[in-house]
Amino acid sequence: MDYTKLSILEVAKLLSEGKVTSVELTEQCLKNIEQKQGLNALNLVCSEYALKQAKKVDEMRAKGEKLPVLAGVPITIKDNINIKGLKTTCSSKFLENFVAPYNATIIEKLQSQEVVIVGKNNLDEFAMGSSTENSAFGPALNPHNTEYVSGGSSGGSACAVAADLCYASVGTDTGGSVRQPASLCGVVGLKPTYGLVSRYGIVAFASSLDQAGPLTKTVKDSAVMLNALCGYDEREETSNPNQPKVDYTKSFTGSVKGVKIGLVKEFFGEGLDSEVKQSVMAVADFYKQQGAEIVEISMPNARNALACYYVLSSAEAASNLARFDGVKYGVSGTYSSINELYLKNRSNGFGKEVKRRIMLGNYVLSSGYFDAYYKKAKAVQKLIVNEFAKVFETCDVLLTPTSPTPAFKVGEKVNDTLSMYLSDVYTVPVNIAELPAISVPCGFSSKGLPIGMQLIGKKFSEQTLFNVADVFDSRRAK
Amino acid sequence: MEYDVVIGLEVHCELKTNTKCFCGCKNEFGSEPNSNCCPVCLGFPGALPVLNKKAVEYAIMAGLAFDCSINNYSVFERKNYFYPDLSKAYQISQLEYPLCINGKVNINVGGVKKTVRLNRIHLEEDAGKLVHDGVGGTVVDYNRGGVPLIEIVTEPDISSADEAVAFLETLKNTISYTGISDVKMEEGSLRCDVNLSVKPKGSDKLGTRTEMKNLNSFKAVYRAINYEQRRQIEEIEDGNKIIQQTLRWDDSIGETKSMRNKEDSQDYRYFPDPDLLPVNITNEEIEKIKNSLPELPTKRYEKYLELGLSEYDANLLVSSKTISDYFNDVNNLVDNAKLVANWVINEVLRKTEDNKILISVENFASLLNMVKASEISSTAGKQVLEQVWGTNKTPTEVVEKLGLKQNSNADELKQICETVVNNNPKSVADYKGGNVKAIGFLVGQVMKESKGKANPQMVNELLKSLLD
Repeated sequence: MDYTKLSILEVAKLLSEGKVTSVELTEQCLKNIEQKQGLNALNLVCSEYALKQAKKVDEMRAKGEKLPVLAGVPITIKDNINIKGLKTTCSSKFLENFVAPYNATIIEKLQSQEVVIVGKNNLDEFAMGSSTENSAFGPALNPHNTEYVSGGSSGGSACAVAADLCYASVGTDTGGSVRQPASLCGVVGLKPTYGLVSRYGIVAFASSLDQAGPLTKTVKDSAVMLNALCGYDEREETSNPNQPKVDYTKSFTGSVKGVKIGLVKEFFGEGLDSEVKQSVMAVADFYKQQGAEIVEISMPNARNALACYYVLSSAEAASNLARFDGVKYGVSGTYSSINELYLKNRSNGFGKEVKRRIMLGNYVLSSGYFDAYYKKAKAVQKLIVNEFAKVFETCDVLLTPTSPTPAFKVGEKVNDTLSMYLSDVYTVPVNIAELPAISVPCGFSSKGLPIGMQLIGKKFSEQTLFNVADVFDSRRAK
Repeated sequence: MEYDVVIGLEVHCELKTNTKCFCGCKNEFGSEPNSNCCPVCLGFPGALPVLNKKAVEYAIMAGLAFDCSINNYSVFERKNYFYPDLSKAYQISQLEYPLCINGKVNINVGGVKKTVRLNRIHLEEDAGKLVHDGVGGTVVDYNRGGVPLIEIVTEPDISSADEAVAFLETLKNTISYTGISDVKMEEGSLRCDVNLSVKPKGSDKLGTRTEMKNLNSFKAVYRAINYEQRRQIEEIEDGNKIIQQTLRWDDSIGETKSMRNKEDSQDYRYFPDPDLLPVNITNEEIEKIKNSLPELPTKRYEKYLELGLSEYDANLLVSSKTISDYFNDVNNLVDNAKLVANWVINEVLRKTEDNKILISVENFASLLNMVKASEISSTAGKQVLEQVWGTNKTPTEVVEKLGLKQNSNADELKQICETVVNNNPKSVADYKGGNVKAIGFLVGQVMKESKGKANPQMVNELLKSLLD
């Protein structure tokens, strides 16, 4: 039987009942990985490492040990998250041979849950991009139609889950990088509230916006993953010590009666594909039928979020990526001067988009421009934060499309940077305001490409998001 | 044409915390290269900084020691630049909201008192160390990378090399009392950069300033300032403009060389570090730190004046915490400030090398108590000190062994005096005839009779009472 099409909860049940072993599941996933390697979802496949862990879990289970729900379940990890002893390439030539000397906190947490890690996912280089075409190792292709992109930057993660190469993936979301690819590939993608999940050991892109989040086949699976990932980390000052200590799998009441769902007027206007609009409006109708109250709201400042995002994230990225200088790790070679070492390593090691963002970031931080760009963007950020706070006085969650279009063709937007950046228009405001949001598949385009809807909640309202999302998700045809 | 010299100093002190500023690595000088390092201070991908609260406490102590205002809200910023000893290619430092602002250091240059104002004291992390391997190559040791530093910036209130050195000495001394830093220039725990410009005397328009680095001793600071002020004056008199630049002082040849000029000047692109939370310190916390401060030199100086010591002596004693602590401990056991001060300054300081006092507090107090009680003479005391210094012997032992105990028995001495007076009628007559000095001979005779053990002051008084 093909177990790879199942969800985490389904497969966890079978494992606990002894109806399947972790080794069997792992072998099936590895077989899929091999057969579908053309999708380019993975930078690294760790079969030995995975089978060793799978065997260990089977032995523990055979001894009658009580095991966590994720024990023995094969998952993948985005290749910008450190796993000690394995390569962390960030899909960049600069780090193509870099072996992580330590584990990210979330990896330690996942390992304590006895998961089986089968591989590291392809991504846009250093998590900068919306299609995974910025990867130094080629784009991840959409499993629904390989002429199309998987989205980005966690394209490899979304692809792997959608193609049944694993049961879940952990990606990172700075401006939509978990939600947008999830939407384009037809899987569930969660960006947790900033500070809920530890950033320690995740290669930083924009420190004040990055959050790791799970990509799964169902909303209920997402809650299982969040339980494993969340928690205060004293190794990160921005980790929130006052976060709720709850079991997210207990979020599901099955009802949205009386829940106020806001529709942001500005998110349903120009630039939105008509099929996507139709699909998301149908979700609104569904919720209304289920007893939720649909509220029309306006967020005039939301349109500034994209510019705000590109100023702030590029500034932080320019600084975060400066450590890649070739002195301590990276590439080797002999140069006639230290400046030559820097120039050659960085020129050869970084791709176009990364360089673009570094230059943009340094520009907005530079003397004479700091006030006009960085400082101003910080002020705009405050306006957006306040606007969301106001909106959540009258709504419990917001419903929006995740991406303005379904997946686009490989090569279609690669030379139109601005058009590429606009893919994030509904997702970036969420990162700017440090809020949680989840993308759930809600239909297909006439070309057969997935469409996703996004639910946005107040800070630390993941339980509400899960519940509302699941009411829809558990009823959709899979 | 006469000129004013305008000098501002930027001083860095390494803080003596157990661990580094933003990670748990050991903060230790002289370890095996790259042995006190971790992903955080090495700037590995994904690593994050966490602030060492002790470093903040120490920085505030420095601020309080120099009368700074402590900011309740303070922010760390990234100073971005590329250099091989800077592992993250940015230094975590402070710009807009430093921990301490304003403040002052009172200096005394050859009797002339002056106040040098401080602009700020902020906390930042140190970079690693570049080591030139002697065969034309350079290697990096990141042990020092991430060590907490305070940066102390003065206003341009200093006007001469003498004042600069006086400032550094006072600063170093005061900080040594707080215990937050070893402040040893030779070990790099105290560093100084000099900003200097000149202007026509009395003019209120400042000249273009240069920055001098690589000053590794107070002497180097002194020489560099004198060199640079002379160089700038010469340039101006030649009709040239002063180029704003950073200069490297070469102490072996006594000259400065350009490091980089305005065209190459760095734009550090400062912005608040998004990985670090702002530092919020309450007034209660500041008060608590204030109460934990050890007694500072200015306070001790005042106390010494109250004890009746001269300004000169008080100054000498506070100029080293080791000496001052020693004086306090000994005086606690002897309770005669002037006596102890006299002996510490004239005898102990003379013999002390490298702040090492080779007679214990207890032994020295014991010796001085014997002098105080006239059990031994002052001269004998010096002999005892010589014998005890650097050995395990006690003063009591030495006095015993050398038979230095003084005879202060009034009855015995009176008898000897009477004998001497009776045996020396001529001297007695001389004395009574107006030759006051004749008593000296008589005292000498008594000393001879008593085999040198008589208490000379007592003998003097006894003879006088017999003769007058």
